[in-house]
Amino acid sequence: MFEVFGVSSQALFGQLLIGLINGSFYALLSLGLAVIFGMLNIINFTHGAQYMLGAFVAIFLLQYLGLGYWWALVIAPLVVGATGIVVERLFLRWLYQLDHLYGLLLTFGLALMIEGTFRNFFGSSGLPYSMPPELTGAQNLGFMFLPNYRAWVVAASLTVCLATWFVIERTKLGAYLRAATENPTLVRAFGINVPRMITLTYGFGVALAALAGVMAAPIYNVSPQMGANLIIVVFAVVVIGGMGSILGAIITGFGLGLIEGLTKVFFPEASNTVIFVVMAIVLLIRPTGLFGRSI
Amino acid sequence: MKRLISLTALAIALGCGAADAQYTDGTIKIGVLNDMSGTYSDLSGQGSVVAARMAVEDFGAARKGMKVEIIGADHQNKPDVGSNVARTWLDVDKVDVIVDVPTSSVALAVNEIVRDKNKVFLVSGAAASDLTGPACTPNTIHWTYDTWALANGTGKAIVKTGGATWFFLTANYAFGLALERDTAAVVVKNGGKVLGQVRHPFPGTDFSSFLLQAQASKAKIIGLANAGSDTINSIKQAAEFGITSGGQNLAALLAFITDVHALGLRTAQGLIMTEAWYWDLNDANRAFAKRFAPQFKGIYPTMVHAGVYSAVTHYLKAVEALKSDADGKAIVAKMKATPTDDPLFGKGTVRADGRKIHPMYLFEVKKPAESKGAWDYYKVRATIPAEEAFRPLAEGGCPLVRS
Repeated sequence: MFEVFGVSSQALFGQLLIGLINGSFYALLSLGLAVIFGMLNIINFTHGAQYMLGAFVAIFLLQYLGLGYWWALVIAPLVVGATGIVVERLFLRWLYQLDHLYGLLLTFGLALMIEGTFRNFFGSSGLPYSMPPELTGAQNLGFMFLPNYRAWVVAASLTVCLATWFVIERTKLGAYLRAATENPTLVRAFGINVPRMITLTYGFGVALAALAGVMAAPIYNVSPQMGANLIIVVFAVVVIGGMGSILGAIITGFGLGLIEGLTKVFFPEASNTVIFVVMAIVLLIRPTGLFGRSI
Repeated sequence: MKRLISLTALAIALGCGAADAQYTDGTIKIGVLNDMSGTYSDLSGQGSVVAARMAVEDFGAARKGMKVEIIGADHQNKPDVGSNVARTWLDVDKVDVIVDVPTSSVALAVNEIVRDKNKVFLVSGAAASDLTGPACTPNTIHWTYDTWALANGTGKAIVKTGGATWFFLTANYAFGLALERDTAAVVVKNGGKVLGQVRHPFPGTDFSSFLLQAQASKAKIIGLANAGSDTINSIKQAAEFGITSGGQNLAALLAFITDVHALGLRTAQGLIMTEAWYWDLNDANRAFAKRFAPQFKGIYPTMVHAGVYSAVTHYLKAVEALKSDADGKAIVAKMKATPTDDPLFGKGTVRADGRKIHPMYLFEVKKPAESKGAWDYYKVRATIPAEEAFRPLAEGGCPLVRS
């Protein structure tokens, strides 16, 4: 046992683990954003609302169809992803040639509308969603009490993140995608349906947000503003990681979770601001982010 | 006889005419300022506008020839936004009384503005007991509850049943700090001990880190000095991290029925909380709730909504008696001089420091098996009589009282 600034190592390990858990939510959400920005050049401000939609779809599935958590984990991303595809077909595809600002404004407006509609029907205090019975309970790790559910969240998030990274950076499909963002005309000339690929990519990014929403439902309050509270932090994560960098989003997601966790021990009042301080410093030193390619 | 009736009618007509001329702009304008979109919008929000409207209808303002208009605005829980709205309302829109204003930091800001403009401020949603303490003004009445009353109700009950050591999880702004301060005082006064506290940013999402610190303190009771979704998230996550199964107990120092609804009885059962009003206490309250819910997304009224109703009723009585809504100080003085009486809070008084006095209730959240359905959530553990429910007049440090 040792102490750091009056905090026992026991407590410190506990807090680091918690930081890792929160980091896995950041990573999952920022991954979706990075994929969308990297492939579509759209700054998807609807991401928080889509995360909220994932959690609400999980609740609807349970209430109206009696389908529990595990089903929700599969169905909610599909449903919300499908709505994402509709949004892309109807609105976003007209904006690719324009300045980033237009995409940002459109998705921000959509987010406000979705959140406002849900608030109108479901109020702001939120709805309860219980944890799947298989994942209740906890492990005593000696230095802390680790709920099984949180362990599952870290494992699932890591798996999804690494799988996404692998698909985009190491497979043929990923190579097509990256090529299509570099030079869509040329890729089209090879007989690849680029618009459909882009549509599906957006759907996938949105599905990632919904997946995070389902995973959050049992532990966070499911309410219309749950995404709005998180989205700004997640954007900071993406900016720090380097806009559009997949690996950057994953690593900074987990890393900032850890930094935030430590701040909560040593200076809890600043835990909301620390991520933005880091962002400011990173932008001063490396304007393209930690893992961003220089332009 | 006939002559008498016509004379009376003439007198009434004249009376109305005279009264009409006295209201600024001919209209009594009520501004409901609260959180219409964020974490407190179910416990106050548009529901407070509904409650104010019901109060005006039940008072029979139209029948009495008083023209009353109600407007609402969202302060987003930000003191600067709230101050701007309040200034515009009082200067430009000729609002005569501002009601509700949850989020103590906003309420304290509005409190000063209303005093400067000599209008009336009726607080239902905000909690900080400073509003009738150092920050009291001759223009403000704190209606429904305050941090002292919450601490006195819940804090005392828990210390007396063996919860001697406390650790606070506090929302880091005026309300949380006031609630922590008042509860700590009650704990110490009743022989308990405060082992520490952690202040979290408002609003927060993940409380596990703070809960672990509370767990490490080994305190028997973890006092939640926060509100709304912060409280909901804290309680949800405390269950997850085995805090309650590890022998520590949670004290939700401020929780509303909407929070219990959001938590679900399975998670919330057994929680003890202090409130001023519950819809299922008596027939009048039940009737109010049945009228209210369909107008507010099916949400049952919280004590904040009931407080808005009660406060607006008493305000209209005072304005009717004075036949004028111009001088805020005079209206509040009249409200203090007249005993209160309305269907929801019964008979009560308003004290010199602006504190409205009525009984408070200590509730326990029912087990799922005991509840007959949605919104049937509380059973009464104790009634705290009016004279014990609020901070004694002399202890608040209100400048109005010293003289």
